[in-house]
Amino acid sequence: MKRLDVKQIDVAYGKKQTVFEVDFSLEESQIGCLLGPSGCGKTTVLRTIAGFEKPTKGEIVLNEQKMNDSKTFVEPEKRQIGMVFQDIALFPHLSVVNNIQFGIRSWNEPQRGNRIRELLELIGMSQFERSYPHQLSGGQQQRIALARAMAPRPSLLLMDEPFSSLDVELREQLAREVRLILKQEKISAILVTHDQDEAFAMSDRISVMHHGKILQNDSAYNLYHCPANRFVAEFIGEGALLPGVFTSEDTITTDLGEIAGTLRETFKKEDKVEILIRPENVIVADTSDYQAVITARYFRGSGFLYTLKTSGGSELQCLIHGSDSLPIDKSIGVRLQIDRPVIFNRTSFGVF
Amino acid sequence: MKNITSRLWLPSIIGIALILSVPILTIAFSIFEPPGENWQHLKDTVLYEYISNSLMLTFGVGICALIIGVSTAWLTVMCQFPGKNLFVWLLLLPMAMPAYIVAYTYTGMFDFAGPLQTAIRDWTGLGFQDYYFPQIRSMGGAIAMLSLVLYPYIYLLTRSTFLEQSVGVMEVSRTLDCGPWTVFSRVALPLARPAIAAGLSLTLMETLADYGTVAYFGLSVFTTGIFRTWFGLGDYTAAAKMAALLLLFVFFLIIVERISRKKAQYHNSSGKLTRFSGYQLQGLKAYGAFATCAIPVLLGFLLPAGQLSIWALDTWRDMLDERFLELIRNSFLLGLGTAVISVILALFLGYGKRILPGKITIASIRTASIGYAIPGTVIAVGVIIPFAWLDGRIDTFIQSNFGISSGLIFSGTIVAVMFAYVVRFLAVSLQTVESGLGKIKPSMDVAARSLGCRPGETLFKIHIPLMKSSILTALMIVFVDVMKELPATLILRPFDFNTLAVRAFELASDERLADSSTAALTIVLVGLVPVIILSKIISQSRLVQGNVQI
Repeated sequence: MKRLDVKQIDVAYGKKQTVFEVDFSLEESQIGCLLGPSGCGKTTVLRTIAGFEKPTKGEIVLNEQKMNDSKTFVEPEKRQIGMVFQDIALFPHLSVVNNIQFGIRSWNEPQRGNRIRELLELIGMSQFERSYPHQLSGGQQQRIALARAMAPRPSLLLMDEPFSSLDVELREQLAREVRLILKQEKISAILVTHDQDEAFAMSDRISVMHHGKILQNDSAYNLYHCPANRFVAEFIGEGALLPGVFTSEDTITTDLGEIAGTLRETFKKEDKVEILIRPENVIVADTSDYQAVITARYFRGSGFLYTLKTSGGSELQCLIHGSDSLPIDKSIGVRLQIDRPVIFNRTSFGVF
Repeated sequence: MKNITSRLWLPSIIGIALILSVPILTIAFSIFEPPGENWQHLKDTVLYEYISNSLMLTFGVGICALIIGVSTAWLTVMCQFPGKNLFVWLLLLPMAMPAYIVAYTYTGMFDFAGPLQTAIRDWTGLGFQDYYFPQIRSMGGAIAMLSLVLYPYIYLLTRSTFLEQSVGVMEVSRTLDCGPWTVFSRVALPLARPAIAAGLSLTLMETLADYGTVAYFGLSVFTTGIFRTWFGLGDYTAAAKMAALLLLFVFFLIIVERISRKKAQYHNSSGKLTRFSGYQLQGLKAYGAFATCAIPVLLGFLLPAGQLSIWALDTWRDMLDERFLELIRNSFLLGLGTAVISVILALFLGYGKRILPGKITIASIRTASIGYAIPGTVIAVGVIIPFAWLDGRIDTFIQSNFGISSGLIFSGTIVAVMFAYVVRFLAVSLQTVESGLGKIKPSMDVAARSLGCRPGETLFKIHIPLMKSSILTALMIVFVDVMKELPATLILRPFDFNTLAVRAFELASDERLADSSTAALTIVLVGLVPVIILSKIISQSRLVQGNVQI
């Protein structure tokens, strides 16, 4: 069953349109993610699903029920949606228990008590029920906020940058933990974030947003290996675009030699293109005919990430494992190893 | 967000704004009424004097309050000298003193028969008219009295802007070889100019609004003119016209204040508000700084409060009778009633602005809160005219249908008095409530609503419990302002209905200064409460953020 269906929605603040034809859906107990740089409209989409903004076009269907059309508009408090916020937003004047029971205050006592105990156990914080928010750490507070949002068994949980106010070390750990909790409770959720590690750690499907539009809606693997356009290619993971020219219908010639392989699209001879080169595609090979100069070096723990400059002046990144470092300005032999090249037409500008 | 909530809240917000602006609109539209004989007469005789005296008074108070306010603010922020930490809050004490009480206390002290002149005569052996002594009941005296109690407005706003100025700016200036005086005049003062202008305009609004001092000193200014026209000539139209003229001056000040406040936001150099260690003053300079801060406290509070206490010790046994208890009861009920109504309205408007931000809401709230700048005299005249008209209509209706008279329902009852108070003091509660609301993160609202709370329910379950202290502060400030209010009460009070302020003023006007001291001292003591709270707030906020609003 589809939990949520967002159909071609536009949203505007006054005259300024911030969301354009956003369209995606979510199955039961699936975790979706809206990933994009700040100001891309992802939070607006979230607020619209929750009912705090009204789409100017399109519709939102929650549990096979229309939330908005020309006549009706379901108020946020009637949508049975749980929310978790970047600034946590626990009610500071209420204890942990009272925060969690805020959304289920109309339940009868045994049910309510059971639900609270169950949730506290789930988040591993049973001993804190009498505490107040200010007595807890950031991570604990966010767990309570999650329990509060889940208490009424919402049909959908919306999380707006839920981990960005926490320490870096805590972020991924909590992201994985929350994923397990959501799966256990069979709750569908949407995560909004600008952090791809968080998105990868938590979600089943990711929609990359930019300038109010969804550019690609896919699994994390596909976003990395088969980005649909330049923006996604550059936004997800590391890498660079290397210029090349088709010298035959299935061969591209670049500064670092010829690339051949399974091409996703067909190109004509003489077409000028750019190929996405991830750091792992660049292999150091002393015997190679092609040389590149090291211009920068970053320590990455298990190895070094180098920035290389080709003879034609293009920049590439290359990850070399091991503890030995190569000096800057050294020229090294390299070759490319690409199974399925991602190719963009060089004449296309902008994000597409 | 257009939904059910806006259908109820928005029209109510607009409605409240319209009702509260009735008095001001009444006065403004009186300009278009055909001028009567009296108006022509006033124009030919005294109007010019009213205008020039009012201007002279505002000019004088402006200069004096500026000098006291800015110099004390600078010294308490930027310099170290003995007693400095004490002066930070002592300098606020004169705020608790209503100007009219200071005025007649000084008259009592400095009059020919007062303790000072008697002492001079005893000491020197001189007699009547053998020596010169400044006449306290004069324009100069009024300027001195008003400056002494109104400078804290400038002191507070200037001080907070000095505190917000980045220490970096100060330290950079010092490394560029600027002495303290150069830093003050070329860096700090220009940066503080908008805040000083805002403080000055508040001071001048209060000066134009003052009735008690100028009436007691027998000066012909706008407020006393309106009273004379109202009670002496009984000409309501002419009084309203004069009030409209006064309103013009006030509007000018409102515009200056609003522009300055806006500018002040951009003039605050950002950055960390680390503490500026300040100039260590020694020797003569330290004495000078001490005296500069001590004199306003002494003259604006300690001396008059001392004199009042001496008088009160003499007379309180005779004054504390049943009538006095009634005064307290009246003042208390009016204060509490007004405070509760104002805070409820402020919560409604402030929360309305939060859930329905928009041009219409903001315009309505500005209109509803403009009364803080309007003199009580003007508001009173603007209240009584429409209320009397309404009473007349109701009476005619009831007379013709039931053959009995309804009497006065609105005008001449405490309904009119409270309405005028709400018009005048709503802004005070609104500002406190809004700053309390501002501290609650918007995600709280979203969280509560996503958990099934309607907007009104959210206000009661989340916002009100979280801003208890702001609400109490707002209640208290309005309560105290009502206790001190004089001119509107004088015009609007029902027959034989007295408050502490009115009684103190009446006794003083009858030259029964000592007898009035018990009522006056009560007002001052109650007035001290918000000043103490304010001083607590500014001493807490001085390292974090000197953002104290008044």
